Amino acid sequence: MVEAHLIYAESDEEVAEAAVQPSTFEQLIDHNGERGRGSALEGWVSDITDTGLIAFYEDMVVVRRIDTEATALQRQGELGLWPPLLGQEAAQVGSARALAAHDFIFSSYRENAVAYCRGIAVTDVLKPWRGVSGSGWNPFEYRMATPQIIIGAQTLHATGYALGMQLKGSDSVAITYFGDGATSEGDVNEALVFAATYQAPVVFFCQNNHWAISEPVALQSRANIVDRALGFGIPGIRVDGNDVLAVLAATRLALHRARTGGGPTFIEAVTYRMGAHTTADDPTLYRDQAELDAWSHRDPIVRLSNYLRNSGVLTDSGQNAVDERAAAVAAELRAGCIALKDPDPLSIFDHIYAEPNSKIVHQRARYERYLDMFTDAEPSGGQR
Amino acid sequence: MVTADFLLPDLGEGLTESEIVAWRVAVGDRVELNQIIADVETAKAIVELPSPRAGIIERLYVSEGVTVNVGEPIVAFEVEAEAEVESVSEPADGLLPSEEAPPPNLVGYGAAVEPRSRLARRARTFNTEQKPSEALPLAGSTVRARATPPVRTLAKSAGVDLSMVNGTGRLGQITRADVEQAKQKAENDVARARTAMPTSTDHVRIPVKGVRKLTAEAMVRSAFTAPHVTIFTTVDVTRTTKLLSRAATTAPFRNVRLTFLAALARAVCIALEQHPEVNSRWDDATESVLQFDHVNLGIAAATPRGLIVPNIELADQLDLKHLASALSELVHVAREGKTMPSVLTGGTFTISNIGVFGVDSGTPILNDGQAAILALGVISPRPWEHKGRIRLREITTLSLSFDHRVLDGEQGAQFLMSVARLLNEPGIAFTAR
Repeated sequence: MVEAHLIYAESDEEVAEAAVQPSTFEQLIDHNGERGRGSALEGWVSDITDTGLIAFYEDMVVVRRIDTEATALQRQGELGLWPPLLGQEAAQVGSARALAAHDFIFSSYRENAVAYCRGIAVTDVLKPWRGVSGSGWNPFEYRMATPQIIIGAQTLHATGYALGMQLKGSDSVAITYFGDGATSEGDVNEALVFAATYQAPVVFFCQNNHWAISEPVALQSRANIVDRALGFGIPGIRVDGNDVLAVLAATRLALHRARTGGGPTFIEAVTYRMGAHTTADDPTLYRDQAELDAWSHRDPIVRLSNYLRNSGVLTDSGQNAVDERAAAVAAELRAGCIALKDPDPLSIFDHIYAEPNSKIVHQRARYERYLDMFTDAEPSGGQR
Repeated sequence: MVTADFLLPDLGEGLTESEIVAWRVAVGDRVELNQIIADVETAKAIVELPSPRAGIIERLYVSEGVTVNVGEPIVAFEVEAEAEVESVSEPADGLLPSEEAPPPNLVGYGAAVEPRSRLARRARTFNTEQKPSEALPLAGSTVRARATPPVRTLAKSAGVDLSMVNGTGRLGQITRADVEQAKQKAENDVARARTAMPTSTDHVRIPVKGVRKLTAEAMVRSAFTAPHVTIFTTVDVTRTTKLLSRAATTAPFRNVRLTFLAALARAVCIALEQHPEVNSRWDDATESVLQFDHVNLGIAAATPRGLIVPNIELADQLDLKHLASALSELVHVAREGKTMPSVLTGGTFTISNIGVFGVDSGTPILNDGQAAILALGVISPRPWEHKGRIRLREITTLSLSFDHRVLDGEQGAQFLMSVARLLNEPGIAFTAR
């Protein structure tokens, strides 16, 4: 009996060993760009050739460029705020590219690379950050909910959605993205309880980027984040989040398990937020430069570039093509952002109810009368 | 080539200002889009500012170390006119050619500061130049004038100060018509003023700096922190003037300029010894009164550079002769403009001789940090009751201002009367101590 063994353990070391089982750390391409073999995940990516990896590389370079451009646009007064994903490209691209078109995504506000992989126009992604719209796209068109600002709330939405899929007998899976800090929130814990109880087809994809704004992950959890899932009876995978191939493999495994009635999986993608929490944050105030330097050596893009260069599939002209694509997307994003128009003030009433509602009609009429009180030359109520 | 200003955006969330820590470019530099042009410090972080466009730096509006309000221009670019058209369909937010009105969407400029510089500036000019004199501010002007937001917007763009407008609407609400009327009136007033005064040079603006500025600051600080009370007494000082003229001919005073001010200084030192509570100051930090055990006697001196108040250290230790020498030395040095800063601080009581300008009395403002100041009016022969008859006597008026936090009227009056009695009958000094 395990319990009896624990209680009557001979030494403290024995207790520690029995209580904390170090989770394995799955990796396929290491930080130097060396391709390792022997990970349990190997079989899940046997179809991915080196040439096939070029597409992942391009995605990552492009989303980093999107991120840089959006950060610049914020500094230039074109966006109110922007949450950079610098350093988390592999975790987002690897997982997003594993999804089927009919799977549904419930993300936080930092998963802009996931949105890009989902085919959502970059300009649409910017809309809420420019304050011209409450959300940027139709969730059902892309099967990706609009970003959730409330930390962890989207895990409940995903679990609920997955339960619905289960009732329908669908093989669609819900995936939810959240951070290390969110695992300390009640919402996430409730979602894990329900997902486990009902064996809901949901994948909990945690990007452990080491910082919950200014709180380091070590302050929040004395065990690896993935081990929290075990307490709910949910199997976990701890994967190198800066290794796009390993992330793809882990997500494929989890999706397969959910699709085939195996219930939820918790993935901890170990990565690093190399930038600020948002453009309103200054990480130099709370974290050491040495830590950032150490993680720079594990940069997901540099690592893949090294691997692809060494294996000969990424040439200079190939790199140029990738860079050109990134520059084109950045230019499209900048022009699209600046051209975004202020919404009609009355449009705020448009999407509250699907059908006409007398209270809203009344409020709309009153607001319209109020707006009419401004003369034409003056800014209307929609002006910031 | 056209010029495009770049306005400081809100670099965080809801910030109103930022400091330009360093420029990474200079006027004339050619910059690329997103090239870092400056380091800017907000209340939250130091951030790098990427250039919003490619072009040539035409002007840096602010120097390093200066704090700028969100929405104010910080840099001007010289850009190709076509580039403007091809890159964006309409003027980029925050990159307005200087003379154009801002486009509607200014996401990053959402904080309190108004970026609509043209309208706002005009509004300010209106307010300062011609407050309608007959319109009275609303009773108890802490009450905000009642008006709806659209009317406030109208007033703002018309440069009308709502607190100066009488509302004719329901419950005194200011209506659109009220604002338009106020604007019309203001415009008429300006027009009238212009015709009445064809030359615009109705005043000369003199920049305030140096001593004038320091005096202004010290006076404001004193006048608005210490509750001032001024009391007066008119006194017959004939005996003192006679004593001084007799003494001046005696050996000890041969090389000394023995003035009435010296006698007053001596009288003040004697009186301060009798009334030490006057030789003190209010200490804000501890909310207590600091009473000095020595007298550093400040003398207000008019100099070509302005008013200064050097003090005679330990004046209470000096006799009349040494007080007189110290006074003439002090005045001489002050006129030469060579007063050492060290004697401008540490005063405990001040005398101001306004009589030299021919005036009878005044209400002096306390030298900042002291409890009392005495002003000496002009000494002139006037008909005065003397020994039951009317005689021409040497008469002067003394005025004492004191800090009512430190002294009450009784103590102030006792001190002032002690000084007056000494000047009226200098022989009392024999009996002092």
